[in-house]
Amino acid sequence: MTTPTHSYPGPAGGPGGGDPAGGPGGADPGAPDLLGPGQPRDMDEPPKGGSFLGYLLRKLGGALTSMILVVVLGFFAFRMLPGDPVLKIAKERPMSPAQIAELRSQYGLDKPVIVQFWDYLVGIFTGDLGESYVYRKPVSALIVDYLGPTLLLTATAAVIAIGLGLWLGQLSAWRRNSLFDKVASSTSLVFWSVPTFWLGLILLMIFGGTLQWLPTGGMITPGLDPWSFAGIIDVIKHLILPVITMVAVVYAQFLMVMRASLIEEMSEDYLTTARAKGLTEDEVRKKHAVPNALLPTVTVVFMHIGGLIAGAVTVEAVFSWPGLGKLTFEAISGPDLPLLQGTFVVFSAIIIVMNLAADIVYRFLDPRVRRA
Amino acid sequence: MSDKPTTAEANASAPNAGTTPNATTAEANASASNATTASARQTPVIDGAKLVRERRLNNAKKNWSLFRSDIPALVGAIVLVFFILIAIFAPLIAPASMLDVTKQLDVPRYAPPSFAHPLGTDDLGRELWIRILWGARVSILVGVAATVMSMVIGTVMGLAAGHFGGFFGAIVMRIIDFFIVLPSLLLAIVLSSVLERGVFTIVVAIGLTSWASTARIVRSQTLSVESRLYIERARILGAGHRHILFKHMLPAVMPLVLANTTLTVGSAIIAESTLSFLGLGDTSKESWGTILKNSMDISAATSGYWWYVLTPGIAILLVVLAFTMVGRAFEAIINPALRSR
Repeated sequence: MTTPTHSYPGPAGGPGGGDPAGGPGGADPGAPDLLGPGQPRDMDEPPKGGSFLGYLLRKLGGALTSMILVVVLGFFAFRMLPGDPVLKIAKERPMSPAQIAELRSQYGLDKPVIVQFWDYLVGIFTGDLGESYVYRKPVSALIVDYLGPTLLLTATAAVIAIGLGLWLGQLSAWRRNSLFDKVASSTSLVFWSVPTFWLGLILLMIFGGTLQWLPTGGMITPGLDPWSFAGIIDVIKHLILPVITMVAVVYAQFLMVMRASLIEEMSEDYLTTARAKGLTEDEVRKKHAVPNALLPTVTVVFMHIGGLIAGAVTVEAVFSWPGLGKLTFEAISGPDLPLLQGTFVVFSAIIIVMNLAADIVYRFLDPRVRRA
Repeated sequence: MSDKPTTAEANASAPNAGTTPNATTAEANASASNATTASARQTPVIDGAKLVRERRLNNAKKNWSLFRSDIPALVGAIVLVFFILIAIFAPLIAPASMLDVTKQLDVPRYAPPSFAHPLGTDDLGRELWIRILWGARVSILVGVAATVMSMVIGTVMGLAAGHFGGFFGAIVMRIIDFFIVLPSLLLAIVLSSVLERGVFTIVVAIGLTSWASTARIVRSQTLSVESRLYIERARILGAGHRHILFKHMLPAVMPLVLANTTLTVGSAIIAESTLSFLGLGDTSKESWGTILKNSMDISAATSGYWWYVLTPGIAILLVVLAFTMVGRAFEAIINPALRSR
């Protein structure tokens, strides 16, 4: 009779433990419930209880698996799928058989696949990503040079898009079906329905071409010192159009998620209690409803950071912003496969790390999962 | 087709039919559905298939009236029909020779929109309205084909992750997670740059990389249906994985998948234009993305050729919005909980 008939979800053991439905790695926590309420035993909900260490290890394991997949995919996509890259180059410019053989040994293509894969793995862990066909420079050096501008651009855009999206989203939800809500929702729908690069071209056309208010490309006027006052102002001027483009396309998603999440929250009893206490509508919204609605939103926001970084590819191509996106664009037009492989692995690594960070931040934000 | 979803009901009444002593009724109704046998003793013969048909018809009528009351969706549907028609009849409206550069020698280059050139001309003297017409073919075809591919993969992976637990389910879940984390554009760029250029490659590149969100939705739905009593009953009655997956799960997730399809076509069209814009498309075929790439190549945006940049983008915007509107209406019909939002 001492045997418990129900197994309560007790604290999870080591890595891979967690809730019974979760399985190893689990899923990313609480993505917005697109299907409405009433989904029993969904693995997507954050594992309740469980030690922080177990959670952390599980998430780390997940991120590590993704990273391994990226590395393997990077090898197979670029070394296996295109056939012989040297033959591809030879097709585009005339080469003698001797030159072809030299290129093959230069890129290590005359070795067996397993050896090539091993060399590639060793290369990745030692920061050697091969040499760019077009630039004739090591890919890793190029990436280091171009990483900063991309981080500047995407971070600025992310901060503005998140702030704007969440703020407009909660206002929309609170005044549901008002004129403000309708305008905000339909504007974001329109922005969501256009290709990022087209929006960039339009802005470029209006503010760069016709009005000539802002520079049409690059990051800084040549010859200016980026750390001087005039230089910083100049960089900001160059930053305005690409940032607006990225924000316009991304904030809509944040707005919709925040709106849906707050609407879900608005029928809850604790808001009636808050009103009965005599709080004003603004206080009810800011102090009670929004903090709770923010919780599921945060994860979605972080999950979309990946999309934001991918959007950088076209935005940087349109505005000639000297970042990883432009490097990718040049690698495509090359075609410069080692460079493309490098940017793919680095982009993916950034996104996976951001996602891992989101999972950890979420753990600290949600009091229900933090208690353990 | 007509009695597939009623399998569960037919199963339920099967024991009844077996114990009915009235053999003649059973014989008379042998061709009709089993379900009617039990009640057929006193009442006149009920045609089960006809009942189902009537119920379907009523449902369709109700859904149609719901759809019709949604003005944006109706406008979207009209826009879609318009674009699909011009895509189909492009060769009849404007033969391909009208895009042949060698035959456009007397047409002015960079002519702004006017009565003679409704949408203006491009850098080679081609009429933009004809290019838009022909571009609609590739853009919409790629959008739809890539979506179909992504729906099939997404449904299979979602069903697998939701239905099978244990090691296999965890592996599938890990794969879905990977594709959710990595933006599909990045993967599509990689795929389409290493494969042969062409429309088919673009379809594969988008289809193979954009199924994760569908898989996620299908998985949630599978999990929630899986816990219902009729699935347990089917399992107790000896149904195998195949029976449960195809007779119960697939019909249960299909409506969601279909609504999702309409929404996904829009993003697939945007993805196509983005890949073409980056120079990964088939340069020998017109698509809206290719037109935008050509306009970028001659810096139309900063040189004042606004019509060259504006028109293909507006075409994309209209079609994507139309698909979104129709998709949202479908979603609202299928999921009544969304209607109040």
